[in-house]
Amino acid sequence: MNGVGLVLNFETILVILAASLFGIFVGAVPGLTATMAVALLVPLTFYMDTIPAIAAIVTTSAMAIFAGDIPGTYLNIPGTPASAAYVGESYALAKKGRAREALGINLVCSVFGGIFGTIILIVVAQSLAEVALKFSAFEYFWLAVLGLSCSIFISVGSRTKAFLSLLFGILLSTVGLDMMSGAPRFTFGVPDLMAGINFIPVMIGMFALNELMSYYGSKSEKKTISVVDKDSVFHNVPGHIKRYWRNMVRGSSIGTLIGALPGAGADIAAWISYGVGKGRSKDSAKYGTGNVEGIVDASSANNSGISGAWVPALVFGIPGDSITAIVIGVLYMKGMNPGPTIFMDGSGLIYALFIVFILANLMMLPIGYMAIRLSKLFILTPSRVLMPIILCFCIVGAFAINNSVVDIWLMLIVGLVAYLLAVNDFPMAPAILGLVLGSVVENNFMSAMLRTGGDLTSFFARPISAGLGVAVILLWCSPLLIKAYRYQKQKTERASL
Amino acid sequence: MIMTNHSLKTFCISSLAAAVMAASSSALADYPERPITLIVPWAAGGGTDATARTIARALEEELGQNVNVVNRTGGSGVVGHTAMLNAAPDGYTLGLATVEVNTMHWQGLTDLTYEDFTPIAQINYDSPGIQVATDGEFESLDALMEAIRTEPKGSLTASGTGQGGIWHLAFTGFLMDQGIPADQVIWIPSEGSAPAMTELASGGIDIVSTSVPEARSMMDAGRVKSFAVMAAERLSAFPDIPTTNELVGSDYQVGAWRGIVGPKGMDPEVVATLESALEAAYQSDTYQDFMTQRGFGTEWRNAEEFGQMMEEMDGILGEIVEQVGLAN
Repeated sequence: MNGVGLVLNFETILVILAASLFGIFVGAVPGLTATMAVALLVPLTFYMDTIPAIAAIVTTSAMAIFAGDIPGTYLNIPGTPASAAYVGESYALAKKGRAREALGINLVCSVFGGIFGTIILIVVAQSLAEVALKFSAFEYFWLAVLGLSCSIFISVGSRTKAFLSLLFGILLSTVGLDMMSGAPRFTFGVPDLMAGINFIPVMIGMFALNELMSYYGSKSEKKTISVVDKDSVFHNVPGHIKRYWRNMVRGSSIGTLIGALPGAGADIAAWISYGVGKGRSKDSAKYGTGNVEGIVDASSANNSGISGAWVPALVFGIPGDSITAIVIGVLYMKGMNPGPTIFMDGSGLIYALFIVFILANLMMLPIGYMAIRLSKLFILTPSRVLMPIILCFCIVGAFAINNSVVDIWLMLIVGLVAYLLAVNDFPMAPAILGLVLGSVVENNFMSAMLRTGGDLTSFFARPISAGLGVAVILLWCSPLLIKAYRYQKQKTERASL
Repeated sequence: MIMTNHSLKTFCISSLAAAVMAASSSALADYPERPITLIVPWAAGGGTDATARTIARALEEELGQNVNVVNRTGGSGVVGHTAMLNAAPDGYTLGLATVEVNTMHWQGLTDLTYEDFTPIAQINYDSPGIQVATDGEFESLDALMEAIRTEPKGSLTASGTGQGGIWHLAFTGFLMDQGIPADQVIWIPSEGSAPAMTELASGGIDIVSTSVPEARSMMDAGRVKSFAVMAAERLSAFPDIPTTNELVGSDYQVGAWRGIVGPKGMDPEVVATLESALEAAYQSDTYQDFMTQRGFGTEWRNAEEFGQMMEEMDGILGEIVEQVGLAN
């Protein structure tokens, strides 16, 4: 019961409220990202007590991840790599005049995913962390390959172009100090490039800047998205939930599980969940054309992934993603050392933390609703006013992540390249995933090879690794198998005629 | 308040004069008279960042001026360290330098060396520990060293940082000190201590060499144990872990230091002011409590000793980098 008292006091509630608004704002502004929001909070948490400090981070990250879908829906500019998986889906819905409906179902799925992940965290954190610890380089290699394959599998349009776009992302991921050899690659003597290419400026360039350029390129003031008064936020939500509740539960489970793995986060979770959803759906052909089902899959997965990432962070002090990496520092700072003892000490801090999680996710409903209503501003503001403002935030967002001018240049150059690719119908999303996962694939592959002396069969030597490997290979062969099956079926049909 | 035109003019002139005088009468007399910036070459939320923010807070109380921490991350520390030495040497831009100053130039990653800085004070030193999985095959350091010596080259694997990182060099240096070739144990590079810890627990590797506090949560969880720490005395936060000197009689010590530096060419009197303020900040409860609670090692060296330490460490690490085959 101590926990309740630690949360339900004036300071903590005020912090949660302020952090909600801050998170929603940062998430909803194209160019500003969730990771940046949390990084900006760190200096402030130094002056807060433990629970308000944690509450600020939990609330901000959950809100920002959801709010990142608002510009995604209205402007085709996703807020995080995790929402890049389904930005095409919600933008297509918005074009049909169903923007609020898309965001409404997204909001409800985010809340559900977040709370689902939290309950898992409360109930089985320790045993789930045990499972996560069984993952070694071999398993991470396959998981990352699976994520990359999903990005091709779920792409709309030419798979060849999606594959080339993915390769472009992987190429960018090779820039920087190679972890394995300690040698710099493609850095051209620029020290800022030694840490590699940060995905945030790249993402801003690829989506936001690219969108800006195509607006100015098309020269028309005509709006693709118009205000539809009948479009209600929650009206259709019960119907969708009734229809797709399985997708919600499945997405949340996948999200929590993948989020709990230290080497994989909400981004891979969203892609895999979307891919699994498409593979299992009765009308998979509708995916990518403005389909609510895909939004349910992915948006419940990324928010549960955020909660899942706390599992290894709390149990073993090992970060599950970039946000919990910051959180662990704050926990230590406040004397709440991660480890199994965190669940046992009598101070009730851990219960307070759980309550904060639930509270932050519940708070998302009203505040998210307000944000969706307010987001009409994106349509009401004339584009010639809106676009320059977005450009300003793009520059600020690219700079702020590392306080580096090089990142602004990077954003501009990538934006230009992305524009050329987009004009020629190359999808952007696989490139982002390639950049995020390219080094995961490479480093885990190299690490596995280094310790087994180059034995490729070792990727199938451990049970989980072998299972994942078979799943990946089946996914690769699935188009061939489906073709063979249809051919066989036609032949027998003809024969029976 | 409404100023007449005349009084406004005198006000402007007098304040301008004051500013000129303040600038010309060398920073000495009243240093510091404006806020100080402390550059941190690593990201917000990490151990170095937390150390910097704590010493900054303690230093503020001593100097009566704000000390603002600015993270200049990227380039594995090169970006932040370069920003420190490019600042004006007026005492208003300082930096929290880390041991990478002693390693990166040997690997040809940057031209900057310890000689480009004005050392002010060393405030922290962490010794490497030798950690293994609790359910692993080794019962003691002796058994582990015996296996390293007798098993064929490359049968055992170790991790803890990237290629050429401080724990890689420290561990290899220890092997060399024990008369074992540098390449007897394969180093599996990792992005920091946390991934190395999961690899250790999942049975992917045999040994992790990092500072002991970095292994603390996994030790609390009973998954990892630390055989020994390469330090002159046992660490106060971990009194049960013996030193390598107790176990194998080795007094070899290479670890990670953190210290406050400025750009080259700072005024000696400013350095002296900062040095004594930092000593008081180092002794303060704010700083000592934080370091004890995190388990970070405290070690104080004044400007002169800090400079000597960097010089000495530079030679030792250069030798190890050469032996590991990373010299460039």
